[in-house]
Amino acid sequence: MSNPQMVMYEEEFNQIQVIVDRLVREANAQVVFIIDKNGQLIAAAGDTEQIDTTSLASLTAGNIAATGGIAKLLRENEFSTQFHEGERANIHIQLVGNRVILVVIFDNKTSLGLVRLRVKKASEELNHIFEALLRKVSDPNREAPFAEITDDDIDNLFND
Amino acid sequence: MSFINYLSREINCKIVYYGPGLCGKTTNLQYIYNKTNPEAKGKMISLATETERTLFFDFLPLALGEIRGFKTRFHLYTVPGQVFYDASRKLILKGVDGVVFVADSQIARMEANLESMENLRTNLAEQGYSLDKLPYVVQYNKRDMPSVAPVEELRALLNPTSVPDYEAIATSGEGVFETLKAIAKLVLTELKRGGAGAGPGPGGR
Ligand SMILES: Nc1nc2c(ncn2[C@@H]2O[C@H](COP(=O)(O)OP(=O)(O)OP(=O)(O)O)[C@@H](O)[C@H]2O)c(=O)[nH]1
Ligand SMILES: [Mg+2]
Repeated sequence: MSNPQMVMYEEEFNQIQVIVDRLVREANAQVVFIIDKNGQLIAAAGDTEQIDTTSLASLTAGNIAATGGIAKLLRENEFSTQFHEGERANIHIQLVGNRVILVVIFDNKTSLGLVRLRVKKASEELNHIFEALLRKVSDPNREAPFAEITDDDIDNLFND
Repeated sequence: MSFINYLSREINCKIVYYGPGLCGKTTNLQYIYNKTNPEAKGKMISLATETERTLFFDFLPLALGEIRGFKTRFHLYTVPGQVFYDASRKLILKGVDGVVFVADSQIARMEANLESMENLRTNLAEQGYSLDKLPYVVQYNKRDMPSVAPVEELRALLNPTSVPDYEAIATSGEGVFETLKAIAKLVLTELKRGGAGAGPGPGGR
């Protein structure tokens, strides 16, 4: 398996949150999400109340997977950016380090140019954080995160 | 590839329902969705054709309770069973933590079952997984249909490695939760062992 397990610790999460909070502000966006390629939501900022974040995460990951499949057919590197323009909402999707997906939803209070600019900077920073996180997770000395749970714990989950 | 979030104290795992066209994968998820408390489930998403065949995937996020203060969340996906959607099936398998193979018990569908199982092995192998190392259960669905093969026969054909297997009637829900619990348990047990993709070393799957 080429992908080691995704784990999120407080330290890295806080670093990521700082970046997405800043991105919402500086790009004047409505919402910013970070999603892993399997569709798990990692972080969010902005006006997330209105949005079904779990559904959005899974559909975005599906979308990226599908375009990635198309790219492979065309012997193209993964298409790392997508932009969809709607009447009220626009969505900018950026693949970061081929590992996570940065989603920015914005309206006409801002511009695509500004969003692109801010996304570029944020992507570079995020890439560093996720690289460091992966190194940490891949450390062979790291203990199995759930070694302490017992078979009984698992059984109990299903005794209802 | 499970996702463990120490901050929100959540474990997220991905389970894929695989099997030939019309075997009842989507029906399994629909039953689970209908019988689960609103607070334990998210929206079910079905990317389907106009005739309700799965086009890309169904998706159902489910919370199964807590283990030692960690919320367990399962993302259930189905693949499109129709043969020509193979490219989509490969995509859905990415990052999978556990597989449910849903077989159609009807004698007329034996060939399709075998073909789909072979396809599952091939597609997993392409991504460096092995079905024999992955949490995996088999469901013999449509037991209510008139001309079904005996379970012993299905077992010999579709479950040579004797993984946990269940008879089911997905439309009425028989066997649906038994199957889900079995795979969820295997996935968590694997996670506890530090497997399921946690082993990034060369010995990983
Ligand atoms: N009699 C009977 N019908 C079933 C059962 N399970 C599913 N069906 C029916 O079989 C048909 C196909 O079921 P789906 O769940 O859509 O099949 P699927 O595996 O998702 O099919 P694809 O999306 O094409 O891969 C539907 O009409 C279901 O109502 C069962 O246990 N018994
Ligand atoms: Mg279906």
